[in-house]
Amino acid sequence: MHGFANPTRFLNIARPLTPWLFWTGMLFLLTGGYCGLFLTPPDYLQGESVRILYIHVPAAWLGMGGWTGLAIAALVQIVWRHPLAGVAGRAIAVPGALFTALCLATGSIWGRPTWGTWWEWDGRMTSMLVLLFLYFGYIALARAGAAEGRGLGDQGGVSRVTAIFALVGAVNLPIINRSVVWWNSLHQGPSITMRGSTIESSILWPLGLTVLGFSLWFGAIVLMRMRAILARNKVEARLARMAREGAAG
Amino acid sequence: MNHWPFIIAAYGLTALGTLGLSFVSWLSMREAERTAHALRKDR
Repeated sequence: MHGFANPTRFLNIARPLTPWLFWTGMLFLLTGGYCGLFLTPPDYLQGESVRILYIHVPAAWLGMGGWTGLAIAALVQIVWRHPLAGVAGRAIAVPGALFTALCLATGSIWGRPTWGTWWEWDGRMTSMLVLLFLYFGYIALARAGAAEGRGLGDQGGVSRVTAIFALVGAVNLPIINRSVVWWNSLHQGPSITMRGSTIESSILWPLGLTVLGFSLWFGAIVLMRMRAILARNKVEARLARMAREGAAG
Repeated sequence: MNHWPFIIAAYGLTALGTLGLSFVSWLSMREAERTAHALRKDR
């Protein structure tokens, strides 16, 4: 893993990978979106509103997957002191927060025609809202650390406190996952598990396309943001060196 | 109840969010890499 700790080596891989991930992701998204909107039948119970599934489920998956990525990056930073781990954490936070917000918004829009309400303070929705607030906390801590320039190493990562916050916040992930089992909820129970799916296959198939498309797109955005952080950090380091040389000369 | 206005709202919001973040992230990366490249040439 430390082989990729060198930003130059990382950038050699990230530069060609970014457009590939982005455009392949877009292709899958557009195909999956079209199929989900126009080719699948309406659900016998929910009717046409079931089509929101194709964006709501990937948004939930990436909101939770994003925080899993943050927690792994934090662990790698704390234990192995990998210089790019903090940069990856900072890059994941904003797209992760976006998908958590989209999950809540699309879920709310889906809930109105299905349940007759925009919002209910039940376990699933409340724990997902907590995840959004956790993302806001992480982003605020990372920005405050970056502004003060404390504990960032030499690559523009996050402070130790921010990394620990990401690890502690991961406690919320199993709560979100099990919330529909532990508490009574308007939200349906787990419909896709390791043992299979309870969703009818004629409705399910475009979901794989949109999940893959959004995941590839997420990867492209994370790489873009990591490249931006590394470039800005390089500029700051170079300006500081020039200032020192100017003062010495 | 007609469900299509809800479907359009959900898809529209998602498209707006993802395309907006794509544009902002790409712009930020391009500006940062251009500045870094220009500074390297000035050395």
